[in-house]
Amino acid sequence: MAKVLMKGNEALAEGAIRAGCKLFFGYPITPQSEIPEYLSRRLPEVGGCYLQAESEVAASNMLYGAAGVGERVFTSSSSPGISLMAEGLSYIAGAQLPVVVLNMVRGGPGLGGILPAQSDYLQATKGLGHGDFRLLVLAPSTVQEAADLIVDAFDLADKYRNPVMILGDGMLGQMMEPVEFKDRPKSKDLPPKTWAATGLVPGKKKSIINSLYLDPLELEANSWELKAKYDAMARDELRWEQFNCEGEYDVLIVAYGSMARICKTTIELLKKRGVSVGLFRPITVFPYPYKQLSDAAQKAKMVFCVEMSTGQMLDDVKIALEGSRPIHFYGRTGGIVPSPEEVLRQVERIRNGEEVDKVWER
Amino acid sequence: MGKVVFKRPKSLADVPTHYCPGCPHGIVHRIIAQCIDDLGIQQRTVGIAPVGCSVLAYNYFNCDFFEASHGRAPAVATGAKRARPDLIIFAYQGDGDLASIGTAEIVHACNRGEKITVIFINNTVYGMTGGQMAPTTMPGQVTTTTPYGRDVNSIGWPIRVCELLSSLKTEAFIARVSMHSAREIVNAEKVIKKAFELQIANRCFTFVEVLSSCSTNWGMTPVEAQKWIEKEMVPYYPLGVFKSPNGDESKN
Repeated sequence: MAKVLMKGNEALAEGAIRAGCKLFFGYPITPQSEIPEYLSRRLPEVGGCYLQAESEVAASNMLYGAAGVGERVFTSSSSPGISLMAEGLSYIAGAQLPVVVLNMVRGGPGLGGILPAQSDYLQATKGLGHGDFRLLVLAPSTVQEAADLIVDAFDLADKYRNPVMILGDGMLGQMMEPVEFKDRPKSKDLPPKTWAATGLVPGKKKSIINSLYLDPLELEANSWELKAKYDAMARDELRWEQFNCEGEYDVLIVAYGSMARICKTTIELLKKRGVSVGLFRPITVFPYPYKQLSDAAQKAKMVFCVEMSTGQMLDDVKIALEGSRPIHFYGRTGGIVPSPEEVLRQVERIRNGEEVDKVWER
Repeated sequence: MGKVVFKRPKSLADVPTHYCPGCPHGIVHRIIAQCIDDLGIQQRTVGIAPVGCSVLAYNYFNCDFFEASHGRAPAVATGAKRARPDLIIFAYQGDGDLASIGTAEIVHACNRGEKITVIFINNTVYGMTGGQMAPTTMPGQVTTTTPYGRDVNSIGWPIRVCELLSSLKTEAFIARVSMHSAREIVNAEKVIKKAFELQIANRCFTFVEVLSSCSTNWGMTPVEAQKWIEKEMVPYYPLGVFKSPNGDESKN
């Protein structure tokens, strides 16, 4: 299929349809409103259902209902809205239902701002809601990658019966790029949804979509069953990219999403100056490619973590390196997106043994 | 040979419930199960249990079920019904669940005209958590969080959900029935059956409020509690069909 020029948000929405999703429940919020707008037009064309919920809380519970009867379902929101969806997502994870949820992150806390940020990393990867559960989190860096990953997201959600999150940022959602929707064969090895609550027909066991276990031993068993899924994800689903890591480098940049893409430009600029810097970009941020990052870091003298936050993925970088290399951090937040030149200046500083420039203190 | 005149509906599970002696939940469960049987929809009915005393309702019916989060049963029902319009979806909610934390969900499900059935048990208290004030607690009624009686000057009047929902323009079936006498219980079955019939016909949102009792938390015998429904609740919460797509409203 030929390439088409699309906004990141629209590409994700079209990608969801290509993945066979016919149900969307959501609530408008900047910077992702193009997704509900696009799907409110597109879903009726494919015989699907677009429904604007009364709140993100309701939307997340509509997801629970739709996923529980065995259908593919999608929602998108941005930071404050995701906080409201935490309730539904906790029940969805507890009841082991597959859904796909997108967070086009904007600055916070509170109402924050509407510009791009990566300040929901810890929420997405460590503790989105109450209880011992995780989402599988994919962090695309380009519009094409976003369109590809959302199709995978639906398969992964079905495979693990677990919510999968696409973690973007306002920049990815709003920028336009050529994108190609690849014809992909339908996944054949996904298990049938025999657990779905679709009616008690002869020969079928009664289905109860539920996260309530009043017996502590049963609740504990469910928690360990979830943990086993997360361990399987860590074994089988890790995705990452290494850029300019073939040769020698004394600095390894670690960044994800839009920030990683900006850092690639920094690395190209540095190449022209004869400086070789590598980039490690996690694509799955839960599970996190700890060992792969550690291996890549061993060639470098130092590691440089760059984020649009005050240091959230930084925790995972520290876990990966186990103190084996010095770690420098540079973060801008509030909706400020560091330029390639700005990152380059920081690389020069840390290579000279200086601290990063705390421009935000001016 | 004797003739069977009364038996457990097949949609009602043959298990003991956790409900207190004298609690009408079991009666309402039985009515719903009887309707499911009579209408021949057991194989395509999916129930949604709330948070509250009936949180374990999924154990008491022989049909597929969801357990929803507090107040969100109409949203869960919406998701399920929009995904599978061929299924018959009913939500079962108490007064704290539906009229307090779930106010937004019930109003909007009704306003969208979701083709679902909501059974709303109004017993004026949060039963499961030990008898705290509910949005439907009667003026002056003593509960564990209104030890001096509900003061309407401080916390407002009890919410009349049927009247509230009936103000919406979207077509709907909205009725209030009661558990306070055998006659009313027989009528409740007719009204609940009507609600399911309208859903089967894909006609409109259907809602039946059931005035119920909580003798444990009211500190009464079941008989006293039934009398209290009739004397205290019915005058404030009038029975009848408030809104109907067939135009056959009938307020008592």
